[in-house]
Amino acid sequence: MHSVYLKHETDIEGWRTAARQLIAHGVAPQEVDWYVRPAQDVAVQEDFFAMADDVTNLASPRLSGVSQENAADNRRLMVPRQLVELVRPVILHQAPERFGLLYRVLWRLQRERGLMRLAGDADIARLNVMAKAVRRDMHKMTAFVRFRETVVEGRQRYLAWFEPEHHIMAAIAPFFIGRFAAMDWTIMSPRMGMHWDGTMLHFLPGGKPEALPAEDAGEALWLSYYRHIFNPARLKLKAMQKEMPKKYWHNLPEAELITSLIAGAGTRTQAMLERMPEPPRRKIIGYQRKLRRPDIAGGNE
Amino acid sequence: MQVQQKLEILADAAKYDASCASSGTERRNSRDGKGIGSTTGTGICHSYAPDGRCISLLKILLTNFCLYDCVYCVNRVSSNVPRARFSIDEVVQLTLAFYRRNYIEGLFLSSGIIQSPDYTMEQVVEVARILREEHGFRGYIHLKTIPDADPDLLARAGRYADRLSINIELPTAASLSALAPEKDGAAIRISMARLRERIDAGKDKTVSGKRPPKFSPGGQSTQMIVGADASDDRTILSTSADLYGRYRLRRVYYSAFSPIPDASPVLPLQSPPLVREHRLYQADWLMRFYGFESHEIITGEQGMLALDMDPKTAWALQNRAMFPVDLNRAPKSTLLRVPGLGVRNVQRILAARRVRAVRLDDLVHMRAPINRMLPFIQLPDHHPGATLDAVSLPARLKAIPAVPQQLGLFM
Ligand code: SF4
Repeated sequence: MHSVYLKHETDIEGWRTAARQLIAHGVAPQEVDWYVRPAQDVAVQEDFFAMADDVTNLASPRLSGVSQENAADNRRLMVPRQLVELVRPVILHQAPERFGLLYRVLWRLQRERGLMRLAGDADIARLNVMAKAVRRDMHKMTAFVRFRETVVEGRQRYLAWFEPEHHIMAAIAPFFIGRFAAMDWTIMSPRMGMHWDGTMLHFLPGGKPEALPAEDAGEALWLSYYRHIFNPARLKLKAMQKEMPKKYWHNLPEAELITSLIAGAGTRTQAMLERMPEPPRRKIIGYQRKLRRPDIAGGNE
Repeated sequence: MQVQQKLEILADAAKYDASCASSGTERRNSRDGKGIGSTTGTGICHSYAPDGRCISLLKILLTNFCLYDCVYCVNRVSSNVPRARFSIDEVVQLTLAFYRRNYIEGLFLSSGIIQSPDYTMEQVVEVARILREEHGFRGYIHLKTIPDADPDLLARAGRYADRLSINIELPTAASLSALAPEKDGAAIRISMARLRERIDAGKDKTVSGKRPPKFSPGGQSTQMIVGADASDDRTILSTSADLYGRYRLRRVYYSAFSPIPDASPVLPLQSPPLVREHRLYQADWLMRFYGFESHEIITGEQGMLALDMDPKTAWALQNRAMFPVDLNRAPKSTLLRVPGLGVRNVQRILAARRVRAVRLDDLVHMRAPINRMLPFIQLPDHHPGATLDAVSLPARLKAIPAVPQQLGLFM
């Protein structure tokens, strides 16, 4: 039996190096146990901006620290592009079996040509499902992070608490930097946090939601907006919950309005329907269209 | 009046516009530390209201005072709803405040018509200009344009906006002149044609290889109200097909007419069932991504879509001679017509069958809705036999609960 110890939950580099060596030595998937070292410190893929392209190195002989001999192995390694594209999201999944599953697929690929195209194969299907779950989690994080504004030492700061399901914190950082580069923001989660100071990103240990500022004037306006953009004459609760599952509600300020909005919807709609039409209370001056363009001046005006 | 009160009135006034999309535009960011904001291409829904609608943009009116008297509209001149008007700066500040807290992707601004179409349009454009030029705002901006406004103003709107829209409002010209007397169907279409020209020109490189100035990179969209007039689904869908074809709209939104405060007595009391709106969206999807023609999709009586099943299944039941489809042999266009088979799974089947025959198990692993597909497909280990022609098939299919999935993906 072989044991592989990865440095942290998203140690894509460690997985890649180990997988390459295991394949080279002909070690079958069922003979490998994969472990993640318990975190002593906040450890993440440091070079996260390069991460997307980085995975392609799996198949490239130009890896740093790889001997000539290994480079030769690399060239014999079958790593289709479709796998490379799946490794990155799947590594971020919370399921502990992800490392072994990826290795099994890599192993099978050395023998089964076209495997990546079989979306109905149980392993490939599982990888697809995991990748989809991670992408969804990342997407929902871009959607549901809510910053509260506060002033620290004369500078505006934006703080948020979010609980992602998978190990996506570092991977999602470029989104928030690309959008809010000029702001000073912090996003905390139970496992880790990150702070952008306007120039640099710092990773922090996990935290507690109590550290959030309690009040924010902007939030009150947002709640008003949520209340009033809702049309009580159409309730589609399933559609809402499909896209905004309850597990996210406790971190969404507007979610506390949902129950009362639903409860009042029926009465409000009934009142609109039963109301007798009223004549206009204001004086109405009939509006005359000005026709400036001959091309729309039909003969009837 | 406080900003909060204005926001309440002017969000109430804007909610009947179904669109809240923040998709389809170019990708931008503000990594350079100047300004604020980014766009993703696919858009982000930051919240959902209990009406099932996505909240992606701050969707408000600049003012709900309006000179027009469109009977279906909550803001028509003859309605007694409370009125308010935002200052330009208030809208700018509100947009930025919401954006910085990650509540929204950007702004969808429209307005009742005050003073004149030109005056109104100018105010709307000015909000977008200030956001872009003075605050370096790189988020999404959708502007509602007024067809009667000066073409130069529409041109300026397109410089700042990611998307422009003009509502066609009703499926026929006759309904429009009956229910929106001040609006002119011909002017609306002329404006759409102009926008299309400019949007197309904004995409082409010139002969010298220079990039033309950007113009509404997210294209244009429109909205049709369903159930306020007597138009049937056939009329609605053929109007949509015509709009997609002629003006290359990104989207036609269907908005089931719903009760509004202080409704006009001219309007029908009964609003159409919400499921009708849903079926129209599904049919629209079939036209855009599944190769269906507008006239094929109507299978119900009197020019209406069936309400009790999705339009693709309804179509398949009326064309049973075409089935069962052999998933290992049929061309892509035929696979797309199989109930339960979406674009994504069609692609997967096409890729897989080049390696080996696709079997029932594969569909299970792909998480395809097989219960709904089985009567219509043939595989090495499955043939529907008599079930396909059974009289009881429609009833059986109706009994299978449709998984509530994102619109269109489950067909
Ligand atoms: S122009 Fe018609 S539809 Fe638009 S706000 Fe005025 S009344 Fe409503």
